[in-house]
Amino acid sequence: MEILVCVKQVPGTTEVEVDPVTGVLKRDGVASKMNPYDLYAVELGLRLAEATGGRLRALSMGPPQAKAVLLETAAMGAESGVLVSDRRLGGADVLATGYTLSQAVRTLGKVDLILCGKQTTDGDTAQVGAEMAEFLGLPHANNVQSVEPDGEGYVKVRIDLDSHISVQRLPLPCVLCIDSEVNTPRLPSYRRKKSLPPDCVKTISLDDFGDREPAHYGLTGSPTQVERIFPPEKNSEKEMLHGSGEDMAKELAAILRCRKLI
Amino acid sequence: MSFSVVTRENMEALRAIVGQENCLWGEEISPDYAHDELGGVERMPDILLRVHSTEEVSRIMAYADTHRLPVVVRGSGTGLVGAAVALEGGVMLETTGMNRILELDEENLTVTVQPGVLLMELSEFVQSHGLFYPPDPGEKSATIGGNISTNAGGMRAVKYGVTRDYVRGLTVVLPTGEVLELGGKVVKNSSGYSLKDVIIGSEGTLAVITQATLRLLPLPPVSVSLLAPFDSLDAALDAVPAIVRSKAAPTAIEYMSRDVILMAEEYLGKKFPDTTAPAYALLTFDGPDLSQVEQAYAGTADLCLELGARDIYLVDTDERKKSVWDARGAFLEAIKASSVEMDECDVVVPRSRIADYIKFTHALAKELDMRLPSFGHAGDGNLHIYLCRDGMGRETFEEKCRLAFERLYAEAARCGGRVSGEHGIGWAKKEYLAAHSAPEELALMGRIKAAFDPNGILNPGKVI
Ligand SMILES: Cc1cc2nc3c(=O)[nH]c(=O)nc-3n(C[C@H](O)[C@H](O)[C@H](O)COP(=O)(O)OP(=O)(O)OC[C@H]3O[C@@H](n4cnc5c(N)ncnc54)[C@H](O)[C@@H]3O)c2cc1C
Ligand SMILES: Cc1cc2nc3c(=O)[nH]c(=O)nc-3n(C[C@H](O)[C@H](O)[C@H](O)COP(=O)(O)OP(=O)(O)OC[C@H]3O[C@@H](n4cnc5c(N)ncnc54)[C@H](O)[C@@H]3O)c2cc1C
Repeated sequence: MEILVCVKQVPGTTEVEVDPVTGVLKRDGVASKMNPYDLYAVELGLRLAEATGGRLRALSMGPPQAKAVLLETAAMGAESGVLVSDRRLGGADVLATGYTLSQAVRTLGKVDLILCGKQTTDGDTAQVGAEMAEFLGLPHANNVQSVEPDGEGYVKVRIDLDSHISVQRLPLPCVLCIDSEVNTPRLPSYRRKKSLPPDCVKTISLDDFGDREPAHYGLTGSPTQVERIFPPEKNSEKEMLHGSGEDMAKELAAILRCRKLI
Repeated sequence: MSFSVVTRENMEALRAIVGQENCLWGEEISPDYAHDELGGVERMPDILLRVHSTEEVSRIMAYADTHRLPVVVRGSGTGLVGAAVALEGGVMLETTGMNRILELDEENLTVTVQPGVLLMELSEFVQSHGLFYPPDPGEKSATIGGNISTNAGGMRAVKYGVTRDYVRGLTVVLPTGEVLELGGKVVKNSSGYSLKDVIIGSEGTLAVITQATLRLLPLPPVSVSLLAPFDSLDAALDAVPAIVRSKAAPTAIEYMSRDVILMAEEYLGKKFPDTTAPAYALLTFDGPDLSQVEQAYAGTADLCLELGARDIYLVDTDERKKSVWDARGAFLEAIKASSVEMDECDVVVPRSRIADYIKFTHALAKELDMRLPSFGHAGDGNLHIYLCRDGMGRETFEEKCRLAFERLYAEAARCGGRVSGEHGIGWAKKEYLAAHSAPEELALMGRIKAAFDPNGILNPGKVI
């Protein structure tokens, strides 16, 4: 099977500070690492590739230094990586990120299965996988806990829908966002790291895409604009709702309506 | 030695020192105070006093000495040799209420604490100030007073040494009630006999520690561990002397075999990142930045590959460290959970002899038909070997333990090793210390004990 995993570089610690004056994330001196949620997707992809005699490739969009996460994926066992890096992609929101990744996927030849993490530790929206899939016109599922290919062009997937588990049969190609803690990701191999061919990570830009209209990417291609980032006020007050999902949803809607929030 | 029992009158006098709420008597005391983390020795104290100041301790000791009441100091009770068990009943002083961090001196790089501060509280506190307290024994809920009293070791001893190397000054109360300040914030000290160092590791038999000034280091910002799978435990252990010789200065060199890792997986309900190899070495390197750390470990990683490691896995992010070190931290509890009962041997041998010593334990396990899983600090020669009862009857187990301990300590002595690397002697290893120490050395220890504690009231029946 031809498998592609999408990985993102995020700050090395979860305690990223926001500059209270400029509202910009303080990224200086903060080491980076692979989004921890993506590790589960990488591990699942490697196991599937091993089981089906296929291969795993990795894709990331980010600044040039994001190459590090692709090298790391390769040291874990991926065959190669593709970095989409281009100044014109800067300031992308989830929609533009999803679109960019979908355009990048189209340059990669045959892909049977695309894996994503559940969410990231910095952006934390859990939307990129699904949006990319929509742009590609592919079926997709989130919170996927296990994937079994049937060898006939379908995968059986277990999806955690909170109140119940849904088992579905999806046609390939498709996009699956992998839940966290579904496996123990293997560690990067020093031996592999040392013997990676110099060209195992390729960098591509907007010029390689089918759609080369810059206005569709980056800040201009993003309907959401971040006006300000600030640390939330710490608030320890909480109200707990109890009961079935449906009852709690009704109660919540009533509370929000009553407080004129919706 | 014969001691008096704690009478109601004694109780009232002691209660007046610590206050009603800090004095528990008879039935009020939880059975947890009858033992530490070692099985096999239990005795309830007559009275439990929760102390809060040096002055209280001093008054209690003076009273106990006058009335010949035995006194045992207890930190968190996580010891593994029964050292904090009140073998003679009497008074137990619990220090966990003396848990204040008194001063961080960033000019002298010291922190001054009360003895009941927990190791995890101390590490977190100093780390939040960009500083580092290197001693890292496995049980983070132990008290600093307990760590000092057992000269606790832990995972970073290869590069940073043990608790003793970080104690600058102590305030202690002698068994007769006098208060002494030993050492201080000074870095160097050649002023007479180092009584501070006699008290470190004395397992609460010489004095009560009521305050400690500890040395700190700047926090090394980056650390990376290497997990090296080997074809056999022997191969993993054979690599250790070569690593030590290479002068690469890892902070830790641990070894672990697959069977122990599988026990930890079962115990934690979590998978280890790799269990394909029969044995692993785990090394840690730290330094000021990633590139320097990478440089530091590259040579060792290549060396391990030359020495037969199948690969080297990089443990470089918080998630990865957690997946590996959580398992390492759970080994003792996991082995405990794997057997109805167990006993432990904490020998230390010169690190060049560790491979031979472990081979010896394998042969011994076969010979005695007894499970002897082990893991340990390969880098400093300190091994933890567990004697598992499994399906054996009580008596058979006790008999086999006796045999096994004799053989294990005799072999350690033959290799130039000692009875305990870090857990201490306490009650459980007394006879083995006696068997493997020179009579003159024991006699001298006895005279030191008598000099500190003329009436022998402090932690009677321990160490010697
Ligand atoms: C400093 C900073 C500035 C930002 N500025 C803006 C802004 O101006 N406007 C705005 O709308 N948003 C902004 N964002 C949010 C940014 O658009 C999102 O971080 C990005 O779209 C990815 O979304 P996410 O992190 O929530 O990913 P999620 O949707 O939570 O990620 C799910 C999965 O998608 C995949 N994935 C996500 N991102 C990538 C990637 N880059 N490459 C490969 N795979 C990926 C991974 O598999 C991941 O596990 C900013 C974020 C940061 C950190
Ligand atoms: C899971 C586990 C892992 C462990 N790992 C390690 C390890 O890696 N390395 C290691 O060295 N140990 C280890 N230990 C052993 C134990 O944690 C240490 O011996 C620790 O130092 C004991 O501290 P404590 O506060 O629990 O002391 P206690 O058990 O309460 O007391 C230990 C001894 O110290 C004396 N004492 C305590 N406080 C004082 C004081 N203020 N003044 C005078 N005497 C005092 C007591 O009288 C007693 O003799 C481990 C234990 C467990 C259960």
